Amino acid sequence: MIEQIPVLLVVLPIVGGAIPLVASLVSERAGWPVATLTLVVQAGLAGLLAWTVSTSGTVSYAVGGFAAPYGIELVVDGLSGAVAVLVAVVSLGVLAYARQAGPHSGPFYGLYLLLVAGLTGMTVTGDVFNLYVFLEITGLAAYGLVASGRDASAAVAALKYLIIGTVGASLYLLGIGYLLAATGTLNMADLAAKLGEMAAYDSTLVLTGFGLMVGGLTVKVALFPLHTWQPDAYANAPDTVSAFISALVSTVSAYALARLLFSVFTVEFLTAVPVARWALVGLACVSIIAGSALAVSQDSVQRMLAYSSVSQFGLVVAGFAIATPLAVVGATVHLLGHAVMKGGLFAATGIIERKTGATTVNGYAGMGSRVPVSAFAFAVLSLAMVGVPPAVGFVGKWYIVLGAVNAENWPVVAVLLASTLLTLAYFARLVERLYFAEPTIHAEPDEAPVTDGSGQAVSFGMIAVVVVAAALAVALTAAVPELQRVLEETLPPLLNQ
Amino acid sequence: MFELLNSHYNYFAVMLLLGIGLYMLIESRNLVKKIIGMNIFQTGIFLFFITLAFRAGGNPPIIKDGGGPYVSPLPHVLILTAIVVGVSLTAVALALIIRIYAEYGTLDEDKLKQLYYD
Repeated sequence: MIEQIPVLLVVLPIVGGAIPLVASLVSERAGWPVATLTLVVQAGLAGLLAWTVSTSGTVSYAVGGFAAPYGIELVVDGLSGAVAVLVAVVSLGVLAYARQAGPHSGPFYGLYLLLVAGLTGMTVTGDVFNLYVFLEITGLAAYGLVASGRDASAAVAALKYLIIGTVGASLYLLGIGYLLAATGTLNMADLAAKLGEMAAYDSTLVLTGFGLMVGGLTVKVALFPLHTWQPDAYANAPDTVSAFISALVSTVSAYALARLLFSVFTVEFLTAVPVARWALVGLACVSIIAGSALAVSQDSVQRMLAYSSVSQFGLVVAGFAIATPLAVVGATVHLLGHAVMKGGLFAATGIIERKTGATTVNGYAGMGSRVPVSAFAFAVLSLAMVGVPPAVGFVGKWYIVLGAVNAENWPVVAVLLASTLLTLAYFARLVERLYFAEPTIHAEPDEAPVTDGSGQAVSFGMIAVVVVAAALAVALTAAVPELQRVLEETLPPLLNQ
Repeated sequence: MFELLNSHYNYFAVMLLLGIGLYMLIESRNLVKKIIGMNIFQTGIFLFFITLAFRAGGNPPIIKDGGGPYVSPLPHVLILTAIVVGVSLTAVALALIIRIYAEYGTLDEDKLKQLYYD
């Protein structure tokens, strides 16, 4: 039974996603219960799978009974198990937000579940081409969800996202072609064995493949200067969608990048070709600084948070590229923690906008007393993102910096430490406005937000999501030692250095 | 030079398609032309995979009498999948363009930017 779970995790949301489409012909409100039921089961299965992986090691499933390397293999180890649980839990949590905030149509929940299926597929797959297919499923669902906003500007943002995202995924596909030409295989484990043996690490074929695949994925991760789709997409999408995709889409792409580095090219490749590692670390450092600088200069809070993602993902990619065991654990912790924190922050901006109409940094002045619970959660999440102990944002950054110190990458250490100050630069400003400034907005919002008839713009579920995210941002710290143990057991290359 | 062109003409075609597609994607102001550029770019990648699979004197990978060198079916299958993905992306993109045109009344990127940032 347990070895069937990886495939069930992907199939379940696809099947569950078809039901709201049909059910919406009968009742417009049928989508939410179906999606919730599907994702409760999915979260349970993901939890069971992660528990199995942490106790008895990697789980693998041969799709259609065709054994790897010829068939498609689904592999779940410590890293993918943790990300699969994250995807299941966050998408279930955002549903609590969507019940009131929603778009409430059946097709919306169909796309929502399709996006969950794509993200889970990217997480569990052990095949580079299968990863491309799930990358595009994720992309298609995300473009559709971004476009589901009521304003036409959402369609413009979605089209921009589509064009840039497609170029990224196409470059990744081209990279697969190079690796296929070099080795004749697509299975990740098989590729790892054949690269360096059949084709030298520094051969043009392998290097070009690396460049194209990593370049394609960094578009999806939204590292500077390939991030331009992100602020528009996050700011124009409905609140539910921006909380969801800001928490998961770039996160799972960054996971895919890590999978590519460790399971396909392996740490030996990074050691044999220092220029590849330096290029990646350099890109990450530029991303950290440029993202922060852009975030500081934003007036819209949602755009500021989007640019903050550019900077934080720079930190994660730097951790993965340094590739010492500590740095990888730190990058994984920061990846998971960032998803919870950023999703919570976007959910909180949605609540604050609905209650007070404030969307800009100046508009947030004095809102701490108008929306006490959400503002407090917002402040906690902001400080967690800056890296105030004992929040999970601190642990992740600490491990990445320790890893960089171990690797004696001093310039990188400097950038990593500076990144905390830069993060403080834009979040402290916001928290200060929130609590210590005179309000600039006194009136209630002009437009009454869409409600479900209960007369309230903000439901208990929406506030609960933000509060739970804030609590998790602190509580996840306790799970770090366990995560470290599982990662070090199931990501074997980490131990051989 | 001519020999290289003669023996590798399909790779040159791939580079040409990728270049044309990317140029249209970036440089064209018309949204529909951008999507056409995206399709040409993807076609270049499809051609790259099909070129990889080519084998002089190879037979279709159906085992029968005679045997002989077979062509790898894998790249063709991959490209079938990628074509399906490309078609669905084009469909979504065109749907978005229809929405944009209905709302803003233009397909010109520059005019759209002015309207969009107002």
